[in-house]
Amino acid sequence: MPVITLQLVIFITVAALAIASALGMLFSRNTVYSALLLVFNFTTVAFLYFMMGAPFIGLAQITVYAGAIMVLFLFVIMLLGTEQIARIEQLSAQSVAAVLLGLVIITEAVVVFLLRNPTSLVVTSGGDVVSVNEIGGLLYSQYLLPFEITSFILLVAVVGAIILTKQEKPAGKAVEGEVKK
Amino acid sequence: MSLSDLLILLPQAFLLVWASLLLLVDLFISKERKVITAILGAAGLAITLGLTSGQWGSRATGFNQMVVVDNFSVFLSGLFTLAGLVAIVIAYDNMRRTGIHKTEFYSLLLFSVAGMMLMSAAADLIIVFLALELLSIPLYILAGLAVPRAGSAEGAIKYFLLGAFASGFVLYGTALIFGATQGTSLAGIMASIQSGTAELPLLVIGAALLLVGFSFKVAAVPFHMWTPDVYQGAPSPVTGFMSIGAKAAGFAALIRVFSLAFPSLAGQFAPIFAVLAGLTMVVGNVAAVSQVSIKRMLAYSSIAHAGYILMALVPLADPSVAANSTASALTYLVVYGITTLGAWAVISAVENADGGDTSVRDLSGLARQHPWLAAAMTFFMLSFTGIPPLAGFWGKFYLFRTAIEGGYTTLAIIGLLSSLVSAWYYLRVIVMMYFRESEAGASRAPSIQIAAILLALAVLVLGLFPSGLFQLALQALANGVS
Repeated sequence: MPVITLQLVIFITVAALAIASALGMLFSRNTVYSALLLVFNFTTVAFLYFMMGAPFIGLAQITVYAGAIMVLFLFVIMLLGTEQIARIEQLSAQSVAAVLLGLVIITEAVVVFLLRNPTSLVVTSGGDVVSVNEIGGLLYSQYLLPFEITSFILLVAVVGAIILTKQEKPAGKAVEGEVKK
Repeated sequence: MSLSDLLILLPQAFLLVWASLLLLVDLFISKERKVITAILGAAGLAITLGLTSGQWGSRATGFNQMVVVDNFSVFLSGLFTLAGLVAIVIAYDNMRRTGIHKTEFYSLLLFSVAGMMLMSAAADLIIVFLALELLSIPLYILAGLAVPRAGSAEGAIKYFLLGAFASGFVLYGTALIFGATQGTSLAGIMASIQSGTAELPLLVIGAALLLVGFSFKVAAVPFHMWTPDVYQGAPSPVTGFMSIGAKAAGFAALIRVFSLAFPSLAGQFAPIFAVLAGLTMVVGNVAAVSQVSIKRMLAYSSIAHAGYILMALVPLADPSVAANSTASALTYLVVYGITTLGAWAVISAVENADGGDTSVRDLSGLARQHPWLAAAMTFFMLSFTGIPPLAGFWGKFYLFRTAIEGGYTTLAIIGLLSSLVSAWYYLRVIVMMYFRESEAGASRAPSIQIAAILLALAVLVLGLFPSGLFQLALQALANGVS
């Protein structure tokens, strides 16, 4: 019988929230709610990372998944019009594949957590390895050049987005017509 | 980072800074004087060319062994900057005529050239990936520069999606190689393979994924599907630049990675390269025959030429031919680059002002109206076919010779036969220009005419004195890749 500590209480709360939001995401009829619940789910998982002493992974989880990717999802959902998508019946071939893949993951989880010793999965490493300080230090020394190149790539991407979307008046209409077709 | 690191990458750093500043300066140049932007862009490339050629003969690694500047990188950087210069000259007239003169073109072109130069100097898989992105993203944008035109949008989207997909392959391959060898630096990977600590199956899968990603970039069959649509849809000067720039950068990565990091895998990859090369030559040449649009025809022709060059990567396992065959690949890249830039310069001049598609028929009667353009185009087509004494002949000669020396006679025969097929569609262009009556209009801008004529002269001179270029290519391999 493990001792009930504050940490355990927090963990159980966060884990329950994560599972609840995941289930809510699956069963929600409204795709926007699903997407928002997924954002919530990502955030709770990020919280679990924080509790395990991995702040960088937690922050990356929030900025990359909850932030960038989910906002993209939301944009797509809203631009395509959710009402129309909701009425489309699910493809049977897709659900068969989904069930099969789900079974694979469940089997894998059972094998890993029940049949093999779970403690063997624990990777012990110095806390410094995943610290933000350490990563920042590496980024500005060993990986300075990749860091700088990345900034130029982002600059080019921004310039490109502006060039391609900023059209003169008649051009804008033509593009709209294309989409409607 | 120290000052010496920066000095090693001075040409690339200079070009990146210049391109960023050009974006700003361009805002202060009035619409009637945009020629200044073009001249500034060209000046940036010219200075970069000077800086990079000053590094010839030296060899240095910088930024914690992330980049290596040697003759190989200088050789290719020279090719990239020259291609960029020609592209600017062609583009200024063509883009004004077709009404898509967006001056960000020049900055984006410079960024792309900088990415290509970084690619040729990459000594680490992380740099390979980032350079690939830095050179590709401006090209995706440039392909869509004519965007209200439907073809341009289609080409840009296709190029972007398939290019992103290819980048995914490269990144996944890099991750697997990192897992197999605990490192991303090419030298480290080689050391890990030689000491036997690398996990081979994982490494081979990773290398294969890299090969898939690079094959997309060089447009090798079966990863060539995007090429015709992109070449057709993108503005012609952009296509001209893309056809040599992206291809040469892809080959730079292939040569660096496969001859530097995986020399011991060369034997296992030889059959794969052989099949890729054979398929690419045959499919490219056969598909080009039935094309009506000259842009699509040149797209398939560029696929076929990638096949010829891939032939040089087959015998890498044999150390006695490896240097010669890599040198012949470099030679062919230069020869192909000059020829394709020239051909696209002529197309840029002939293209209608609406920037729509150009069919082979649109060239009919060009000889009467524009004898110089037609003469230049004749040189390019004959060089593409490989007719002596033009440069294309020697390019193919060196490639076929090293293939035979490496023991791949079948491959050389496939190359020869598919070249024969190619003669049909290249010569058709010449027939159209000289033996058909029609009023082919073309731009009379002197810049584009002079560019075409100079490139045609280069094709002739390199054809008359081919050994100089080949020796230069051999020297390019002497102090780094070999």
